[in-house]
Amino acid sequence: MKAAIVVFPGTNRERDMALALKRVTGTAPRMIWHHETDLSGLDLVVLPGGFSYGDYLRCGAMAAHSPVMGAVRAFAAKGGHILGVCNGFQILTESGLLPGALLRNANLRFLSQDCYLRVENAQTPFTRLWTKGDVFRTPLAHGDGNYTADAATLERLEGEGRVAFRYASATGHVQADDVASNPNGSLNSIAGVLSENNRICGMMPHPEDLVDPLMGGEDGLPLFKGLVEAVVR
Amino acid sequence: MKVRVTVMLKDGVLDPQGKAIGHALHTLGFGNAQDVRVGKVIELDLQGSTAEDARKTAEDMAKNLLANLVIEDYAIEVPA
Repeated sequence: MKAAIVVFPGTNRERDMALALKRVTGTAPRMIWHHETDLSGLDLVVLPGGFSYGDYLRCGAMAAHSPVMGAVRAFAAKGGHILGVCNGFQILTESGLLPGALLRNANLRFLSQDCYLRVENAQTPFTRLWTKGDVFRTPLAHGDGNYTADAATLERLEGEGRVAFRYASATGHVQADDVASNPNGSLNSIAGVLSENNRICGMMPHPEDLVDPLMGGEDGLPLFKGLVEAVVR
Repeated sequence: MKVRVTVMLKDGVLDPQGKAIGHALHTLGFGNAQDVRVGKVIELDLQGSTAEDARKTAEDMAKNLLANLVIEDYAIEVPA
């Protein structure tokens, strides 16, 4: 799997993502600076976490209009696989590649903690090594992760199985108004969503930060291992 | 031509900042403060354009960048 990570001014989680990708592919991913527009030969493009362009205006708003995103849109149109984590998810919604938007956390605080995610659709390149209903731990760290979408969009996402992950308790119980399990207040506890073709996934938590026993666990590793299998297949 | 674009969260979109400010106002004794909402004001100068052109350009700017229409509405003022 030939993977690349897009780096914007203010991106700061690209190295964690590179570690995770190298762990499953054996080679270091290409780093793509936001001015570059050549994505040829790639199987996977990752938009990592951070604070692109200082989060000015809205998180991800500036990055969505940077030169590289034109190339990322073309890559998406050709059926390329794209993963957006945290700020990367915000950029994907701002650029219209994924529906909805991410609002300020409901409690107005920057959250940096572990959370549990329940897999809602296991028939995707990002979730294929899990089973629907599986629960895994991931760290999260964001100020604007409160997912929202209008009623029609929400209905479509839910109806088409395009909710990839939901925030849940450690035992897999989902309750949107429970601050303990849905810390940022996301609508329907949505933590990650998919594009129509299931090849673009955006999520707020950081599976790349639990991919090695030295990090405290490998709970996030199935996402990356599954991607390699899906893309190589 | 001076232009002012005001961006507000849409009605019905939760505005936790507005809520927090409302609480603070109540604490300060402004008990009659209701429906506090927070938005952004973006002012710019469009050189050499008529009021009508300026409004159109600002509209494009708002749709493309200044507002996220999924969650926000915008209003444009071209002060005389």
